[in-house]
Amino acid sequence: MASTYNEKGTPSSATLSVRALHKSFGVLPVLKGIDLHVQRSEMVFVLGPSGSGKSTMLRCCNLLEEPDSGAILIEGDKLTGPGVDLNKMRQRIGMVFQSFNLYPHLSALGNVTLALRRVLKMPREQAESEAIAALTKVGLSNRAGHFPSQLSGGQQQRVAIARALALKPTVMLFDEPTSALDPELVGDVLDVMRDVKEQGMTMLVVSHEMKFARDAADRVVFMDGGVIVEQGPPEQIFGAPTQERTRTFLSRFHG
Amino acid sequence: MEAIIQQFFNIEIMIKALPLVLKGLGVTLLICAVVIPLGALGGLFAAIASVSKNRAVRWTAIGFVDLFRAIPPLVLLIFIYAGLPFAGIQISPFVAVAVGFFLNNSAYFAEVFRAGILSVPKGQTEAARSTGMTQGQTLFWVTLPQAVRNVLPDLLSNVVEVVKLTSLASVVSLGEMLHAAGLVRSLTYNASPLVLAAGLYLVLLWPLIRLISRFERKIDT
Repeated sequence: MASTYNEKGTPSSATLSVRALHKSFGVLPVLKGIDLHVQRSEMVFVLGPSGSGKSTMLRCCNLLEEPDSGAILIEGDKLTGPGVDLNKMRQRIGMVFQSFNLYPHLSALGNVTLALRRVLKMPREQAESEAIAALTKVGLSNRAGHFPSQLSGGQQQRVAIARALALKPTVMLFDEPTSALDPELVGDVLDVMRDVKEQGMTMLVVSHEMKFARDAADRVVFMDGGVIVEQGPPEQIFGAPTQERTRTFLSRFHG
Repeated sequence: MEAIIQQFFNIEIMIKALPLVLKGLGVTLLICAVVIPLGALGGLFAAIASVSKNRAVRWTAIGFVDLFRAIPPLVLLIFIYAGLPFAGIQISPFVAVAVGFFLNNSAYFAEVFRAGILSVPKGQTEAARSTGMTQGQTLFWVTLPQAVRNVLPDLLSNVVEVVKLTSLASVVSLGEMLHAAGLVRSLTYNASPLVLAAGLYLVLLWPLIRLISRFERKIDT
């Protein structure tokens, strides 16, 4: 143990560390000891049947769900415990939701500038130019004045990515980012995620986009029943999974 | 027919009553100007408190709202105006009315705001908190703007109710519009001043009522 963990208690290079994470909803255990380390600029894909705990695990990573025990660390800094400014820590963790969760009363620009102005206390002009830069990265600078109701699902999700990206987070969490989209709109969102990855973002993604996982992920984690069943490079997980549960799960997608 | 017109729509008496009734209208508007903003603000705070995670805060707010929704405003007014002097507190009719309506009004506004806050999906709060916004910032910039928008017709309906409710102030001899009209009626033995007052309420409230149905249609579609 001592040799693999530095003085902060994490593998020295991990950007996001999940350690011995346990979580129950009432009497129902959902996470039964998750250990996961995401390295800088790595894109880790989490697969698993529904009810496997993958979304709960992701939501624990920025404490939208409170773990029962275990630790979450961002670059070695703990998210829980006395003296931790959670709001400050959350600025380092971008999150993209399945249902976008854009603010319907604000324009695309307003959605992106809100946290820049209220959390980072940027003056309006600076916040707006940062927001336009983020919207440009997702290909939507020409939609800055549109309200969420005037945008397609794919565009809304790209604005949501820009909103998270604008805070220049250390790591980004994606919770089934394409599950609520019409099939023809999925591609645009995946393209944006690929761009974000190419710019060096550290990403933890819960998703059912197998093909994308195979193409773009650095590592695939298979979860079932609240534990990590197996993990490895996509070619290994998809090509030669060692666990029976993984094979069963994947066979349903191969048809 | 002749008798009804003579008794209720007597133009001559209306003209005589007009100066006093208009003065009463001024008092009505003044009460509204004090009571509506205060009540809305009180209601907003009570609503925020009633969805608090802190159990003591939440139950205090819910207790306040339940209590003042259950007490008839007429009883509340009389109690404040006629009862408090026994406790050594002398207050003017206007202050009694302001305090009484503030309490009643806050309770009703609180229920409307509470419904609005609960109508905002949980994902909105999660998105805001995930960007590092505090609970207060999330409430102010994300939840409340959507909450108010969702219940705007109900808020305005409440305003209409309050304007009409101010006529209760006559029981503590505050010279608002209905009190003034009633005064002229008892002097002339003719009900036309009351009809005049009703007409003025209509003129005052009709634009607001139209506005409410417009909002309601807009939200429906």
